[in-house]
Amino acid sequence: MTQIDHQQTSNNPGFAKAPTGIQGLDEITGGGLPRGRPTLVCGGAGCGKTLLAMEFLVRGATQFGEPGVFMSFEESATELTQNVRSLGFDLDDLVQKKMLAIDFVRVERNEIEETGEYDLEGLFVRLNFAIDSIGAKRVVLDTIETLFGGLSNVSILRGELRRLFRWLKDKGVTAVITGESGDGALTRHSLEEYVSDCVIVLDHRVTEQMSTRRLRIVKYRGTSHETNEYPFLIDADGISVLPVTSLGLQHTASTTRISSGIPRLDAMLGGDGYFRGSTVLMSGTAGSGKSSIAAHFVAAACQRGERCLYFAFEESPGQILRNMRSIGIDLEPWMQQGLLHFHASRAAIHGLEMHLATIHKLVRKFQPRVVVMDPVGSLTSVGTSQDANVMLTRLIDFLKMQGITAMLTSLTSGDAALEQTSTNVSMLVDTWLLLRDLELDGERNRVMYVLKSRGMAHSNQLREFLLTDQGVELQNVYLGAEGVLTGSARQTREATEKAARLLRHQEVEAKQRERVLKREAQEARIIALQKEFEAEEEVAKRDIDQEQSREETNRQDRDRMGISRQGDKVLKEAEPSARSHETPRSRK
Amino acid sequence: MKPLGREEPAGANAATPTWQLRLYIAGQTPKSIAAFANLTRLCEEHLPGRYSIEVIDLMLHPQLAAGDQIVAIPTLVRKLPEPLRRIVGDLSNTERTLVGLQLRSTPASREQGGIW
Repeated sequence: MTQIDHQQTSNNPGFAKAPTGIQGLDEITGGGLPRGRPTLVCGGAGCGKTLLAMEFLVRGATQFGEPGVFMSFEESATELTQNVRSLGFDLDDLVQKKMLAIDFVRVERNEIEETGEYDLEGLFVRLNFAIDSIGAKRVVLDTIETLFGGLSNVSILRGELRRLFRWLKDKGVTAVITGESGDGALTRHSLEEYVSDCVIVLDHRVTEQMSTRRLRIVKYRGTSHETNEYPFLIDADGISVLPVTSLGLQHTASTTRISSGIPRLDAMLGGDGYFRGSTVLMSGTAGSGKSSIAAHFVAAACQRGERCLYFAFEESPGQILRNMRSIGIDLEPWMQQGLLHFHASRAAIHGLEMHLATIHKLVRKFQPRVVVMDPVGSLTSVGTSQDANVMLTRLIDFLKMQGITAMLTSLTSGDAALEQTSTNVSMLVDTWLLLRDLELDGERNRVMYVLKSRGMAHSNQLREFLLTDQGVELQNVYLGAEGVLTGSARQTREATEKAARLLRHQEVEAKQRERVLKREAQEARIIALQKEFEAEEEVAKRDIDQEQSREETNRQDRDRMGISRQGDKVLKEAEPSARSHETPRSRK
Repeated sequence: MKPLGREEPAGANAATPTWQLRLYIAGQTPKSIAAFANLTRLCEEHLPGRYSIEVIDLMLHPQLAAGDQIVAIPTLVRKLPEPLRRIVGDLSNTERTLVGLQLRSTPASREQGGIW
């Protein structure tokens, strides 16, 4: 055992693995089962061992081109073929294509007498023959422990099984050996002692009438693996293990914003709505309008051409469509265009894991950008609230990894604290809208506020909203002595303000008129003054002209006098101005 | 094939109650050789002239193993008379072999595993 621990700690990156092709199992095991080595799959009756083993072979043959041998100790080839047909596996076809060989080994104790020494060489011969006939790379031994029922010499059997597993390794085939778990031990006959490379335990538990299948990797030599229990389910597509292992906080955060479908709500969320890929929780009391706001979000997403998956746990699709039509949101066209898909189921019909698995499957299949779950709280009715919490954590992480924007609604019961959801998912969500009824003055009004919204400057305002024919409408904010005014109080306030506004308006108009009159009077005065000024200017101009002509005359007289006295040469040209005629005189 | 009746307890005086026995082995191993020797001795003793032994070596004919549901080696299969019986081991325990071949009625104490 110490050797095992050593090998487990040293993780060899070059460890070859054979992918199983089983949904989720390869993710948990980090690539598949150890190639060329045996793997033990054990569990109680009806836990899905045979199916897991068979799917390993079928997927190997169909997806990875590796032929396989199924050595069955419990069911005949015909029975096996019939059993897995419902999962879409056509064994006859694979057998015909030489991709699968089935050998049914029947050991009946009452037909067998034992005397003296023997070995299981016959089994080796058969297995070897089957492997060589199709060149098998994969081998399944389905409950080889049945041999212990048919043959009584335990010491021989143990020795031979040890030799068989050694032989399988030497043969280089990837083997799956199933074993039934017994009292407290992994397998009744301690097969785990021989198959020490990889041990997978399947479990089928019933808690509160809900059955859940779980898978756990107990041991995987030479590789790091997840040790948690993972729920898995068996449905029409075979086994799918929930790959909760790939969770974590590695998702990238988008900075893209998407509209909530309600412009004024977008404004409250820093102007642009939710972050893409974020998780929005909407909690509120009964009838506070959660589904309506969710419907807005859905309609907005579809309008952008994004696919949207709506999980309804309380209402049928028809009911949702009808109800949303009453507030003016018609989702039916989006449904017809294939952008919107409803998945309605009562929370109580499955266990939590089954729900989670269904959601996983649908999300993978439909590839939505937006997922709505209405309401998540009803899932707590299925499991304990702790289980529901774990499941939602997984779900939210899963959706975040896919970059899907999720809207979860949650019902707050009347007596519980408002800022507490039944599932305690509040720490997981990015944006939390709280809807509540406000009882005031004998009426009930809907208000909402953004309790938190990571990474954006959101409004801290309590807003009243109405469900109208045109959908959800956020009302203007009126603050009163007790806080936000809602309903009639708001309307009264609105009426008062309207009256006041009217009065103010009238006053303003009166003032306006007065101003116009005043201006007209002023303008008249300005005109009068202007006229007066013009008249004065006219007079002044006339005086100046007269003065000028008088001066000219004077100068001419002086010049003539000068000429007559011959005291000066006659200037060729008459000086234009009085100033210039001084100049020739000073020159002289 | 010599029909020769001796003092045998069950249906010995019938004309041709041939015993068809088939011994599966895988190579000439000591166990196989011992089984064959034990079988012939036993038949000579209890079924002289009324038996036929077919030895099948699975090393040479591996495809024959599945038909008779052979797991252990050596295995003796009583094809006839019906019903089909299988005896595994080297047949060293004569008593048990005779019981297995239904040549002797079941002993009162047949505790499985107690002998081992």
